[in-house]
Amino acid sequence: MFENLSEKLESIFKKLRGRGVLNEESVGAALKEIRIALLEADVNFKVVKDFTEDVRIRAIGREVIDSITPGQQVVKIVHERLVDLMGGVSAHIKFGSHIPAVIMLVGLQGCGKTTTAVKLARLLSREKKVCLVSADVYRPAAREQLAVLGRQINVSVFAAENLNDPLEICLQAIEQARRDGCEVIIIDTAGRLHIDEPLMDELKKIKLKVNPAEIIYVADAMTGQDAVNVGSKFNELIGIDGVIMTKMDGDARGGAALSLKAVVGKPIKFVGIGEKVDALEVFHPERMASRILGMGDILSLVEKAQAVIDEKTALLLEKKIRKNDFSLEDFRNQITQIKKMGSLQDILGMIPGLGKMKALKGLQPDDSEIVKVAAIIDSMTKKERFNYQIIDGRRRKRIAAGSGTSVQDVNRLLKNYAEMKKMMKKYNQKEGVKSLMRNFPF
Amino acid sequence: MSKDGILEKLKSGMAKTRNLLAKNLDHLVFDKKELDKELFDELEELLIAADLGPQFVQDLINDVRDRLTRKELQNTVQIKNVLQERMAAILRQIDRPLIIPAGQPFVIMVVGVNGSGKTTTIGKLTGLLQKSGHEVMLVAGDTFRAAAIEQLEVWGNRTGVTVVKQNANADPAAVVFDALGKVKSGYNGVVIVDTAGRLHTRVNLMEELKKVKRIMGRELAGAPQEILLVLDATTGQNAVIQAKTFQKEIGVTGIVLTKLDGTAKGGVVVRIAGELGLPVRYIGVGEGMDDLRSFNSSDFVSALLD
Repeated sequence: MFENLSEKLESIFKKLRGRGVLNEESVGAALKEIRIALLEADVNFKVVKDFTEDVRIRAIGREVIDSITPGQQVVKIVHERLVDLMGGVSAHIKFGSHIPAVIMLVGLQGCGKTTTAVKLARLLSREKKVCLVSADVYRPAAREQLAVLGRQINVSVFAAENLNDPLEICLQAIEQARRDGCEVIIIDTAGRLHIDEPLMDELKKIKLKVNPAEIIYVADAMTGQDAVNVGSKFNELIGIDGVIMTKMDGDARGGAALSLKAVVGKPIKFVGIGEKVDALEVFHPERMASRILGMGDILSLVEKAQAVIDEKTALLLEKKIRKNDFSLEDFRNQITQIKKMGSLQDILGMIPGLGKMKALKGLQPDDSEIVKVAAIIDSMTKKERFNYQIIDGRRRKRIAAGSGTSVQDVNRLLKNYAEMKKMMKKYNQKEGVKSLMRNFPF
Repeated sequence: MSKDGILEKLKSGMAKTRNLLAKNLDHLVFDKKELDKELFDELEELLIAADLGPQFVQDLINDVRDRLTRKELQNTVQIKNVLQERMAAILRQIDRPLIIPAGQPFVIMVVGVNGSGKTTTIGKLTGLLQKSGHEVMLVAGDTFRAAAIEQLEVWGNRTGVTVVKQNANADPAAVVFDALGKVKSGYNGVVIVDTAGRLHTRVNLMEELKKVKRIMGRELAGAPQEILLVLDATTGQNAVIQAKTFQKEIGVTGIVLTKLDGTAKGGVVVRIAGELGLPVRYIGVGEGMDDLRSFNSSDFVSALLD
């Protein structure tokens, strides 16, 4: 598979004439590749068909802007259309006028409803009093799972002692929530197949009685072509108000997002990006578009970096990198800042193409390494930190003893640092990385 | 459920596909020229809808097109046969059921991404193996997900087998060590090890799994004898990457394809079979004790296209 759709398209456009304006021939050739990219990303066949037709009409006859190539121009049009289609609608959770506001999570087995319920509860509990209830009486230990996770985030979970009827559990939980002064109650329903009539009827009944402010359909980002069948059946039978895409921390291209939006027409509100209780983010259509096209998720990375690195230090650092003044002390500061952005694994995963790079496979990102590196640098003298070349064998031994590490560890660190300096020198000579470097100096 | 019953269950979700296919294949006979493009579009749609993947589908379509030009194909039945044969040829190579010898310890490690159905599969597999006379012991190696141990224990109670466990958040390798201690002191049956769901992209979690596997091999020569990757049939093309990564990192020896009772066709396993040669050992068709079946390639292809 190609890593980058733009690159692939460039090679096609090279063979074609008439580069000034996008003509039928060049657009047709480009769309062939885009079509395969979308299908490979699991976008539904019919959705792909409509989408490529739409892009064809928009693209033919457009002038190619001077600064970019025809390939980039087509990708730009495709990207813009994807963003338009997936975004546009306000994605806030509606609470309605009833108190407590009832939010129901529905979906297939194993799509991640319980984890999502807990993440959502945690998010909403910053502003409202939230409680949880599990209406899953089928999967063994489903209710225990929610109870354990609820304790972790300090949100109360309705204990349905001897109840085994999902509707009854929901009604009593809402009653309890009202007594406790909860403003929001999230119902975690059992996973079910869209073609399982008795279980879909059960959902309908619950909906009728609890009058939910929001019904959220939880969808696995890895879902294939069937996403539209399942999503539209749930929408038809139960009616959904929004979607949460889960397991977005994997490397699935997530075409299901586009399919669902196109077929069901409901906004994607959040995305799940990990197993931890805080791994829930607002949905960004432009990132999803890049991802579906196989263009990585550099925007998330930049935003994360911006959140933890303040402008001034970043500028200072950029200057240092420019002048090749990047010391071991800066190295340590940077590493600790990176740690604030999340686990190294998460960060690597966001860099396009990096996750698949062979050289990096051996570099198992280990957060405890960071602690070690910091300890080693702390054990150096100021002079050593600014001029690593003076660190000879004797000094290395001292540093290793001082930081409780081995000489090999010190060697490795120095080697990495030297390589990084070399890389920075290279980057300095290259245009285009500047803006990224401002946010993310490595 | 009888053998026919299972085939019916597989086919029922695909009835619509079959009708569409039959309808359009009929058109071809009446009006070749005009309907060619439409026919191939429809054919492509049906194959793509089964999650066979765009490249493989293109390959299949081109084959049919060539044969039509060469006039090797005259009617719908023949087109269907060609497609069926192409897939059957790939799947036949992986039609290798899991054979568990009696009277010696046999360790099965069950791995997969989150929510693919590992624990449910283990519950059903326990029942299936018991039916064929095996003694089974379960190992609660998912110490991470809340209440995963309790979930496995419920299946343990249902089937009346021992569940080796420690507390939540214990080191899964330690739980496995305990279980293999029982093997060393004379247990001679099947040991099924549940593991926490993990995305294949999580390097540190894959390392943890390698460690669990390493401990098994150290404590019992030849263990694990089988590493089952549980795949959700609803998954699209990412299933190929999942299978590749788990195979490369952990050394998968077989696949269980779950959730085939929905409308997803699970066609991506044809790609996995072609590219990785991994046998599909079982298919899951529901949450009940009897809803795990041995994989049969001709049944699967019939259900996909017939």
